[in-house]
Amino acid sequence: MIGFRLDGRSNVVPYLQLVEQVRQALRTGLLEPGDRLPTVREVAESVSINPNTVLKAYRQLEHEGLVEGRPGQGTFVVGSLAGPSLASHAALRRELRAWLRKAHTAGLEPEDIEALFGTTLHAFEAEGAA
Amino acid sequence: MTAALETTGLSKRYGRTWALRDCTLAVPQGRVAAVVGPNGAGKTTLMRLAVGLRRPTRGSVSVFGRTPRDDAASLARVGFVAQETPLYRDLTVADHLEMGRRLNGVGWDQPSAAERLGKLSIPLDRRAGELSGGQRAQVALTIALAKRPDLLVLDEPVASLDPLARRTFLSELMGEIATRELTVLLSSHLIADLEHRCDYLVILSDARVQVLGDVEELLASHRALVGPVDAPSPNGSIVSSHSTDRQRTLVVRSEARSPAPPPWAAQPISLEDLVLAYLSEPGAGTLPGPEGTA
Repeated sequence: MIGFRLDGRSNVVPYLQLVEQVRQALRTGLLEPGDRLPTVREVAESVSINPNTVLKAYRQLEHEGLVEGRPGQGTFVVGSLAGPSLASHAALRRELRAWLRKAHTAGLEPEDIEALFGTTLHAFEAEGAA
Repeated sequence: MTAALETTGLSKRYGRTWALRDCTLAVPQGRVAAVVGPNGAGKTTLMRLAVGLRRPTRGSVSVFGRTPRDDAASLARVGFVAQETPLYRDLTVADHLEMGRRLNGVGWDQPSAAERLGKLSIPLDRRAGELSGGQRAQVALTIALAKRPDLLVLDEPVASLDPLARRTFLSELMGEIATRELTVLLSSHLIADLEHRCDYLVILSDARVQVLGDVEELLASHRALVGPVDAPSPNGSIVSSHSTDRQRTLVVRSEARSPAPPPWAAQPISLEDLVLAYLSEPGAGTLPGPEGTA
């Protein structure tokens, strides 16, 4: 079961934040087909938001073919966003953690790390992922 | 579909003072409507008229198509938690439930009320006077919900609570809304508490309706523009304007999602920004209608 949260400073509207969190969990394999999403009530209560927002997010996910509402049972994951690359995630995560430790030791704050990663990724893609 | 709450030219006068004037609004069913405005703007008066505790001086009010007060059937559909969540100090929580059961008869949902209080660890044998503010608010909400209302009216229910108790109360409320067909009218001074929880907005100012509408639409049709203090004013109606010696910050209403005219930079705004912009400019207003502005 995954937990949702809302970033109050984000410019992304709340329902899309929830949608993105499910997509993210599907990409990383945290959610797999067959898993049940928390009920609308559980999300409304834990995130403390309007249940209509949760409904809207679930409808969007259903529309994208990622989840399916089953009457009386709940909302279940039916699609996946995890590509064949998922198998290499664990090793890459280990290397990334080692790199993050180095960055931290070098005195980089989380914002510095995000900026460095963002600009490097951008440049890498501009070079055509050589 | 019939509106949960509909008022037409609704006005209430106490002595020489108009507490509410020409209030025309319709809150659709299933919404969580925020009622905000400065003290004395008419929030409590509107709520008391909606639940039938006051009679209009002029105009009309209807709840699911019926006039409150005039018939018991419409009152049975309304739950009300007044300001300061009043309970009888010397009566226990169980006494309050028993009173609710006797007064409400068949519609009263005793099992769910008891279950709710159990989940919140509120002892039934405790006197109301010995409960914390947060617990009193929860008991008052439980009683209002046990009537199985279609419209729930909450007048500043969290005003006196600490931040954690406020969040608990509002989270519980969101959960309850998820499980039943319920329209909520919720007033609060703490706009941050309403953000992401309310999807309909009523701003009252000086006894009149100043802003009315769907929160998502209102946020999509307003934005903040930041620019140099000497920049020419952009198109669109300006709600509020604040300047320092160099910079001017505007909240504007502009339907088009067009890029900001240079040198202005556009930023989306929060519900709190929107409410504060209108409250700081009582002359500005946004009401639904052919022209969009009033």
